[in-house]
Amino acid sequence: MTARQQESGLEELLAAKEIVIACGPGGVGKTTVSAALAAGAAARSGGRVLVLTVDPARRLADALHVEGLGNEARRVPASAFAASGVRPKGELWAAMLDTKQSWDALVHRHAPDAATARQILDNPLYRNITGRFARSHEYIAMERLYELHAEGEYDLLVVDTPPSHDALDFLDAPERMAEFFGSGLLRWLIAPYRSRLVSLASRPFYQVADRILGTQFLEDVGEFFLLFQAMYDGFAARARSVSALLREAQTTFMVVTTLETVPALEAGRLAAELAARRLHLGLLVANKVLPASFRDPDAAAVADALQSDAEHLARGLAGSRAGRKSVVPGDPTELRRVLEEVGRSFADFRLVAQREAEVLEEMAAAHQVTVTVPHLARDIVDVGGLLEIGARLFEGVQRPSGGSA
Amino acid sequence: MSGLLDRRLVFVTGKGGVGKTTVAAALGLLASSRGRRALVCEMEPKGDVAAAYECGPTGFVPRKVGEGLFAMSMDTEASLREYLRLNLRIPTIGRIGPVASAFDFVATAAPGVREILTVGKLCYEVRERHYDLVVVDASATGNIVGQLAAPVGINELVRVGAVRSQTQWMLEILGDPALTGVCIVATPEEMPVNEAVDLARRLRDETGVDLAAIVANRVLPELFGRSEEEAFETLASGEGPAALAALVGREVDPVQEVLDAARLAVRVRRSGAEHLGRLREAVPSDVPLLILPYLFGRAHGPRAIRLVADSLAEELGE
Repeated sequence: MTARQQESGLEELLAAKEIVIACGPGGVGKTTVSAALAAGAAARSGGRVLVLTVDPARRLADALHVEGLGNEARRVPASAFAASGVRPKGELWAAMLDTKQSWDALVHRHAPDAATARQILDNPLYRNITGRFARSHEYIAMERLYELHAEGEYDLLVVDTPPSHDALDFLDAPERMAEFFGSGLLRWLIAPYRSRLVSLASRPFYQVADRILGTQFLEDVGEFFLLFQAMYDGFAARARSVSALLREAQTTFMVVTTLETVPALEAGRLAAELAARRLHLGLLVANKVLPASFRDPDAAAVADALQSDAEHLARGLAGSRAGRKSVVPGDPTELRRVLEEVGRSFADFRLVAQREAEVLEEMAAAHQVTVTVPHLARDIVDVGGLLEIGARLFEGVQRPSGGSA
Repeated sequence: MSGLLDRRLVFVTGKGGVGKTTVAAALGLLASSRGRRALVCEMEPKGDVAAAYECGPTGFVPRKVGEGLFAMSMDTEASLREYLRLNLRIPTIGRIGPVASAFDFVATAAPGVREILTVGKLCYEVRERHYDLVVVDASATGNIVGQLAAPVGINELVRVGAVRSQTQWMLEILGDPALTGVCIVATPEEMPVNEAVDLARRLRDETGVDLAAIVANRVLPELFGRSEEEAFETLASGEGPAALAALVGREVDPVQEVLDAARLAVRVRRSGAEHLGRLREAVPSDVPLLILPYLFGRAHGPRAIRLVADSLAEELGE
């Protein structure tokens, strides 16, 4: 495989795809990697690239110029690229997911008339459901993705998924949402509210539920679902379309993880789950990886010497030799401590780097699309930082058989 | 202010990936090693606590994992069954299925219902004095406020019924700082600290639950003092690396790698210290900030839990 083919691996993949969905365990830098992929894509290929973030860190939001923005996409100015000497071939756009705004838009779209929409939006349960319904965020992120894709404004959509305890929740979210609003249980629940007659079948449930929750509350719930049912057909059809989009050929998934044991295990499970569902894993990113130099045996030998021979070395560095002034003037005791600390710190991180290498080897053996991004000592504060990570993604992808998917 | 381990119910929360489970498991281990009967309960039954203790799968019925140490996983349906049996004297043998799924349905729609059952179960264990300390490996920052505020919320939504009458005693347990506290875990990074600060505020504004402690997890050691840092900078620049290479009898490249590595460690540590400073400033000064060192040798499993428990003991100084 030539270097050139290696370089083009990710570009080829993205040329064939319209949607990249980033997923992975919490705390691994999904949002940053998503933004970096989008920035890299915008820099390298012509076209409009949108990154849809969920909850970016303030400085990342600043870097993307999306601070305080809602669903409305905003273009990251070309000047933000220019600061790092890059003239992007395409355009980078960024938007932040506003869950409530997206839900409200959904209600307006599917309600049969404005009055019903108003009633739903005013229902006290509506806010609670949309705010806290399990998978509500997951669903709405996928729903937004569908809408953006349907609008056809962008050549590439990179979507960061919301943090959730199960990283694949969002995959099931559309179906579950459709199930939830279309289930027999829902009709069961609404029936007594409608007719004030408790059917024979639902009586045992109501007897228990009344004792636990009280009739008034159940009626509130019933009213809400009755209103919501008016939207059901449009809603369910939409959820099915959203679900289908995730499975289509133009959609690929990017699993992001660190090489710490627990997140890496979860990422492995995720990748397996994607495969089991016949979803396309385009890229597996090992983020925040310690540099390979930590595993250099020569460097390890130096670190050992610094620890074991610190006193001698400190004297050598502090003392003046053969007519030259001392290399590190100052207190040799202090310098000795510095040398010991430097050596010890290296040995500490070396342990971590060795563990990471072990994990990475397994990961790369299982997934040919594995790419690593080094641990950066700084938070990402500008597009330059994103491009730096983006470069690692684009240059690091080695795809089998000369880069074809 | 009560010490963390003197309480009866401690919720451990924080952004995903900061080490909530590790801290919760270590708190349980520490309490039990001090002769207190401890229960560690994971709210999201993913098996994380079982993995931490390497004790085999955990379920709704607590499993003994050590002397005076028990682990369980929350289960809403099992919790409902127990609730019905204990509070309403409803026999549920074999009949729970349809009721539970219907209930599950209502619980999904009506926020607070599920939480009342799960948080209620924890409060119940405290009230019945089955354990001296219940440590909860709680939900991530995004969900914990909803859980802890549920008894208040349910009072507003449900005007009559058994659930309402059950919330009062729960509120008394949750709202008593001598009994209950929240422990927020953060790593010294931007987002975990942001979420910790935000959660501390929301706990105060939206729940009556006391913030017992902040845990800064995976904190890197300080390599140098100020004057040592100057010495390091001199060593790492100019002719320093070459001179050092000559002294250790090695090429200059590996020497440079070792020096670069130290610089990386210093930078990461410094950026972390900034975030921790921000955290300290944002949280009331009477809330202890417990520092847990980064574990280079072991990152998970019983050995890591033991090391974290030792660090916690040192930090708590009790």
